[in-house]
Order: sequence, then structure tokens, then C-alpha cells
Amino acid sequence: MRVGAGWSVSEPAQARVHAPAEWRERLEQRVLAPLAGTGWRYWAWLAFLLVVIAWALYAYSRQLEYGLIVAGVRDRISWGLYIICFVFFIGISHAGTLLSAILRATKARWQLSITRMAELITVVALLVGALFPFIDMGRPERIFNLFIFGRWQSPLMWDILAITTYLTGSTIYLYLPLIPDFARCRDRLGPTAARWKRWFFATAALDWNGSAEHRQTLEAAMTIMMIVIIPVAVSVHTVVSWIFAMSLREPMNSTVFGAYFVAGAIYSGIAAIIVLMAVLRKLLHLEEYITRTQFVNLGYLLGAFTLIMLYFNLSEYAVTGYKMAEGTPFNFQQLMVGPLAPLFWFYILGSIALPGLIILYPRTRTVSGVVVAAVLALVGMWIERYLIVVGGFRVPLMPYQPASYSPTWVEWSILAGAFALFALIISVFAQLFPVVSLWEVIEHRGPEPVPEAAGVRGAGRLQVGPLPERSTL
Amino acid sequence: MIIDLRQCDGCQSVGKPPQCTEACIGGHYAPEPMEWIQVYEADLPGGGTQFIPTPCQQCQNPPCTNLCPVGATFSTPEGVVLIDQERCIGCRICMEGCPYDRRFFNWGEPPQPAEAKLAQYDPENESPAYKGTVMKCDFCPHLARAGRRPYCVQACPNGAIYYGDLEEDLATNGSHVVAFSRFISENAAYRLKEHLGTEPRVFYIPGSGQQVGRDPRRVGRKATEWPWQVAPGSAQWRRDGAG
Repeated sequence: MRVGAGWSVSEPAQARVHAPAEWRERLEQRVLAPLAGTGWRYWAWLAFLLVVIAWALYAYSRQLEYGLIVAGVRDRISWGLYIICFVFFIGISHAGTLLSAILRATKARWQLSITRMAELITVVALLVGALFPFIDMGRPERIFNLFIFGRWQSPLMWDILAITTYLTGSTIYLYLPLIPDFARCRDRLGPTAARWKRWFFATAALDWNGSAEHRQTLEAAMTIMMIVIIPVAVSVHTVVSWIFAMSLREPMNSTVFGAYFVAGAIYSGIAAIIVLMAVLRKLLHLEEYITRTQFVNLGYLLGAFTLIMLYFNLSEYAVTGYKMAEGTPFNFQQLMVGPLAPLFWFYILGSIALPGLIILYPRTRTVSGVVVAAVLALVGMWIERYLIVVGGFRVPLMPYQPASYSPTWVEWSILAGAFALFALIISVFAQLFPVVSLWEVIEHRGPEPVPEAAGVRGAGRLQVGPLPERSTL
Repeated sequence: MIIDLRQCDGCQSVGKPPQCTEACIGGHYAPEPMEWIQVYEADLPGGGTQFIPTPCQQCQNPPCTNLCPVGATFSTPEGVVLIDQERCIGCRICMEGCPYDRRFFNWGEPPQPAEAKLAQYDPENESPAYKGTVMKCDFCPHLARAGRRPYCVQACPNGAIYYGDLEEDLATNGSHVVAFSRFISENAAYRLKEHLGTEPRVFYIPGSGQQVGRDPRRVGRKATEWPWQVAPGSAQWRRDGAG
């Protein structure tokens, strides 16, 4: 099919993979099961998350009443957990772009069973992350000044523009592949289903009937979004880094920050999708569709990014350390042997080197090994943002003693509330929508290849799904 | 502004906390613990210390005004950088950007005496202070309009601080009037962190208080005091986050 003048999409309108009917029925049953009903454990989990969020709202109400004095930030280290979480959540939002857009653009097929989860992480992480600059504001009630007096010379305005663009784009990109699945839900709903469900799926499916014309339109829209979303995602984390790199402070005054932050964002994004797919696979019994293939392939990507992260750290510390200009000796001292040393070495060794080794070594390149590597990477990338913010602000600007920062219960509570909100939105979504893109898996992927069939020796090698017959790009 | 460090002994000779800082606090009702002009004590290469009174450097290429998302901090045509606390949203990106640590945040209800609340707010005066906004030295344009020198210049017992207009090329410490450009050249004046390209409007003449008889090995200055007892919370409001 042709899209516009020069673009074409490789997939023909009709299904290519001939999926066995029995396999297909089982997949639909499995993926749609949570939509039909759920047990008390789910409601208990939601209640727990709501309690955590309510506590965070109470903590925030204290901050609204007394001001940021209830937080641990002060003049010399004037940004803290809020800005760290902002960078962290915006970082993991890059999961969706990498998996859905970049892998789709390169015509990989193995990721099709997890693209929905990746796109979901993107939208939810952006929603949660974007709250933090506002939580951090001293005068949140003046938020409209940003629209009345906003200056495009300020990196904060670039952030607002880039993040809202990315959120809009990724919401569309989450919704588009959902349309055929909404239609599937609409058609499968029994006569006893609740009226709101019937109404909801019928409305959300936009009268999808699976015709060739509908498919062409959908795939054209997905192709456009897939291409548009990649530069938007790169721009987002570049301008997030620029709220630091546009200052004259020693460790932040760096031209490598934009690329370094984009790499770190994708690294933590891969880790986030690995952790989420491990959790959902277990809870929703998706083992047949999310197999070792997905974990190991994402593990390879994670492993590749450990090298990129090592490279960026080497670039940063070798270049500044060689010159030892003003401020650098203090920064190196605090990071490598001083008060931040445990965090710094955990970041370098525990969250970059160790995950790399876990992936490199065939005996640990298993589902659980990849999950351990991902958890280490996620924790380490949160710590990396702590080092950039707190470490960066801690370097003295004038002849004074180095400042200190210890987050208060208010900041920790709001952090916990943010993670709970993240989990809550994902949980509700998993209850309302299919978390696996059914139509794409059925039509473009088919049953997962069984690793044993390729022989034990080949089990550690890169598994690729059925390739398109011919690229028409 | 020219600060002649040869004349500055951190008020050791008068046995008081730095008088420039105290006058500034009294005149502006600067909330505790803000020292809009702070007297830093810096080590000298051969041992001993020098005192460096440090107001806002009033940069001609100010990083803070570039970064502000709402134009709440801005340069005036007269040549000072001001903050409009009625517009400031409290994002603190200007504090990140200031390479001189000269910006201060109202973390809670500003510890100010009651009479500060009576003033008519004006960015040239910054009183009363607003919770959740940034403040700093404003070069006292409201005094300049009235033909007076800033509080710090008036209060310096040694006449170490000169104030004037770059375009008029004149500056005064109250007892002497100097030709600004000639004075800074003859005395090899420098600016703080000149290499950053911020082009400060504050010039320093190197010294360690020698012209007022200070021995650089006599270290230490008296801690700044706030002349009013307010805001029990100000104890937990230390700028360095300790305590």
C-alpha cells in the first residue's frame, strides 16, 4: 500500500501469518480475561494504591499550607527529589518510543506482544512525570503565568512544549493500535455485559469493521505517528537535560548532556518495560505470548545501552577529569570518595557494569537474569538523576562549606504517591483494555517459536520472528 | 559598584557583624537567613584570609533573566536586575543559573517583622516578601531615585563600597567621588568569575583590608544578626540545608 507520495508500508492489508484457530482463541481468552472480571486481590491492590496516593495528597497539602519549607531543599541545593523524579519518569517514558516506534520502523516482529505495554508506560510516565515541576513550584497557583507571560527563551518553556507534544503524540500512538482490539472486544461482548462496557467499546472502536480501507487508513496513521514520535522523543529528553546544561554550574555546564540524557532515558525505558512485562506476564498468565524471546531480545538492547552509558560516562569524566578545571576536583572528590561515593559506585558498577555482565554471560541471560538486570538499571538510573541534581548543586559556588540535602517525609511521601499513581493507572488500564495488541500478534506474529525446537545450543541466540517477505520501502 | 577590598576588614575593627549586611537587612527587612550582600571570607594563597562583600553582581549578561520562564526577573534600562515577586512562580531555575549564589528563596512564610507588611510592594523595594518566591539584592533603585546611596554603601564604616552610574562614569562611597573607569584601571580591579562571560557590574579592587590596618592572619568575622525576633521556623531555614 502507498502512504502519501513516497512512503509505503510493508504489510499488506490481509493477514499474513496463518495462526491456528485454537491458538488464536486461547490468546483472546487469555488477554481478554481481566476485562471480564477480577478477584478481591485486584481491588485490595487498588485500595492500597489509593491509600498511598491519599497520603501523598495529605503531604502535598502540608506543602501548600507551609510552603516548600516542609521539604529538604534549601537555597544551595534548591532542587531535590521532585526534579529527580521528574527526570526519572520522563526518562522511562522513552520505553514506548523505542519499542513501538524504532523497532516497528526497523520491521522487527518479536516485540509485537509487548508494544502495547511499552506505549502504556510512555503515556503514564509522562502524565506522572509532568506533575513534578508543578509540585516543585513555590507558587503553584500562579501556573497560568506560564501562559500569560511565558518566554520561549527559557528551557522550562521548551520542556512544557516538548512534553505536551510527546504526550499528545504518544496518546494517539497508544490509541491507534487499540482500535481493532476495541472492535474485537465490542464484537465479543456477551449479551450480559454491562451497558457502559458495550457503549464504551462501541464508541472507542470508531465503527471499525476490519475492511481493507480501514486497515489502510489505520496503518497509514500508525506509520506517520511511528516516524513523527521518534524525533519528538529525542527532543523531550534533550530539553529536559537543558534545564541543567543551560546553567554555568561546573558539573552541569556540559555539551554532552543532551545526548547523555537521551541515552539514559532509553536505557531506563528498556528496563521499565522489562519489569512491567515480567509483572503483567505473571499476573495475567501471559507466559505463552511473552516468552524468553522477548526478555532476551530486550536484554540485548539493555546490554547495548550499558555500553552506550559507559561511553557517555567515560566521555564526561575523562574530559573533565583530565583538565581538572575549577569545581571538578570537588565534584570528583564528592562522587568517588566523598559522601556521594556509595551512590556513584552503585550507579557505575551496579547499574551499568553488572547488568551488562548479566546480559553478556549466557548462563545468566535468562528471564530472571534479564529482570534482575532491569531492576538494577532502573534503581541506578534514579540514582544517576540524584547525583546530577544533588551532586551538581552541592559543588560550592563561593567560599562556603558544602551544603547538605536530606529529603523530608513530605518529599518521600509524594515520591511514593507518584509511584502509586503510576501503578494505579497501569492497573486500571490492564483491567479495561487488552494489554497485548491482539490483532498485531495474530496477524503479524503468530505463535511464539518454541526455543527448544531450535536446539539447546541455539537458545541463547537472537530470536527473530517471521520476517516480512519483502521490504517495499 | 566598586568594592575596595583593601578597605574591607569584615568589620573586625569595629567589633560588629559586617555593617553593610546589617544595614541591608534593616533597610529591606530581608527575611532571615537572607544576606543579600554577604561578606565571604576567602583563603589567600599565602595563608590568611580576605573578606569579599558580595551583593548581586548585577550582570550585564545575566543567566538568571535568560532562564526565567515568566520574565519575573529582568534587566531594567537603568542597568539593574530586578525580581517581580508578584509574578515569580517559584520554579527556582534562576537560582540554579546564578553562578554567584546570590538568589534567595522564601521557603516558608517570610520571617519578617510586622511593619514590613505595611509597605507598598514594588520590585525596586521587594517588601513585603512573598512566600514561595525568589529575592535578592536590587541595588536599591528606590534610594537612587531619591538621590541616596544604597544601604550597604551608607553603612560601610570604612567607605569600601562605591556606587555610581557606568554611563556617567562616576562613583562615590559618600566621602569621595571617583572617575569610575580611571579608578578601576589604576587599581587593577577585577570581577568575580570573569571567565563565565556574565559581565558583572560589580568590580573588586584586590586587597585584604590592609589600608585599614588588618592583618590577613586575623581570621573570622562576627555572625550576621537579624534585628527582630520573628518566625520561629527560621531556625530550620538555613541556606545550606543543615540542621
